[in-house]
Amino acid sequence: MTVHDWLKSAIEDAERRDLPALKPLLEAIAKSTEALRKAADAR
Amino acid sequence: MNETISEIGARIRAGDVSPVDLVQSCLTRIADRSDLNAFITVLEDSALSEAEAAAAEISRGQYRGPLHGIPISIKDLVDVAGVPTTSGSAVPPLHPTRDAPVVQRLREAGAIIIGKTNLHEFAFGTTSDESAFGPVRHPFDPSRSAGGSSGGAAVALVEGMCYGSVGTDTGGSIRIPAAACGIVGLKPAFGELPCEGVVPLSTTCDHVGPMTRSVEDARLMFQVLRGTRVNDAPVPSSLTLGIPTGYLLERLDPEIRSAFERLQAALTSRGHVIVDVTIGLARSTPDVYLHIVLPEAAAYHARILAQHADRYSPNVRNRLETGRYMLAEDYVRAMQLRERLTRDVSGTLAACDALLLPTLPIAAPRLGVQSVDVDGRPEPVRAAMLRLTQLFNLTGHPSISLPAGVTTSGLPIGAQLVGPAGDTDRLLAIAAALEPQITAGPGSVGGGTG
Repeated sequence: MTVHDWLKSAIEDAERRDLPALKPLLEAIAKSTEALRKAADAR
Repeated sequence: MNETISEIGARIRAGDVSPVDLVQSCLTRIADRSDLNAFITVLEDSALSEAEAAAAEISRGQYRGPLHGIPISIKDLVDVAGVPTTSGSAVPPLHPTRDAPVVQRLREAGAIIIGKTNLHEFAFGTTSDESAFGPVRHPFDPSRSAGGSSGGAAVALVEGMCYGSVGTDTGGSIRIPAAACGIVGLKPAFGELPCEGVVPLSTTCDHVGPMTRSVEDARLMFQVLRGTRVNDAPVPSSLTLGIPTGYLLERLDPEIRSAFERLQAALTSRGHVIVDVTIGLARSTPDVYLHIVLPEAAAYHARILAQHADRYSPNVRNRLETGRYMLAEDYVRAMQLRERLTRDVSGTLAACDALLLPTLPIAAPRLGVQSVDVDGRPEPVRAAMLRLTQLFNLTGHPSISLPAGVTTSGLPIGAQLVGPAGDTDRLLAIAAALEPQITAGPGSVGGGTG
């Protein structure tokens, strides 16, 4: 799953669960996940 | 009032001080400074009973050892039989019927459990200001955080409410409040002390450890908590200390940087050797940490969230909720990178006796702030406070924070030593050897940097 798809799906689910405060946190995690994958791929 | 365990223990053994008087003195301090919110539960009656029993045993010549009759506090994340484990939360507490093994070992050594200390809710934060029992306030400036998550434990020591504390450390939660409040905090090697009977945050990063007023006290407590004697092999008079260049040290408050540079100069003048070392993947530490700790925390909390989500502090709840979205494939990537980080840190330690770095890049922040200025740039408080400690939770290397002077505002500064993998005994010996030079930092009672 791409990070973009993951973020879209996670935000949709958070909104469905009436947890809009998660959106900025999930966006920050998405940036971190991009960095994590980049570091993992660089091995 | 602020004697060390080794000092007061000698007086107890000699019959010059009664454990009952010690407990009463601690209880008075707890009551006098209740505004600091250091304790969640004070065990006044049982502590006095235990003190009377200890006094009777000692008078009969049945002295158990250096912790006999010594009041010790327990972070309220750790089970004490018959006392609710609240984890600093409004979520319904646990009601343990058994002591956690670390508490059991303290009791067997004759220690007196004085009470359970306040913390950042479920140990999921670095400031101890999100607690259902009120924010833990810094003893030198109540408008500031005492650090966290073991904030109450640190305040209890500084304020003479106990002589030693048991804390837990998943990303720095022993070392951060130790540095913020000016005491010693030891995170042993991973797995060395049992986490049974401790509410988990991240099962592969959680550590239990002692918080004390000296390295010698940390050694005494650690020995009891582990249940086996510490190997006191001597260390060379000239130690080689590795300074991790790059990511870890590139953003420090100018006062912290200046104090750290003076500390290095002071150690060099005493014959120690300072070398630069590089931890290749260090910059990935926050990403690796996030992708391990969030899902592990969410796994434990999923059932509680399903029933009591509205009882968590909003920030803690939200962080836990995000952990439920993390992908297994990213958790695995993080675990693989973690192995590389562990090899990198062990590699640097092959060329030196210990790593030396500040514990915190800033002094204690004001309560309630979300962002701090670090060297001219804003940074989230949580990220800044974890930056220099969380790596060693991932790698499991033992590390210890020592007081290293104060800022011009009188706020404590901490210096962190990191020892060889699995060898907490060696780290303690190194810390004991360096303690006089480190604690004689700028603005300390000892004064000077020589």
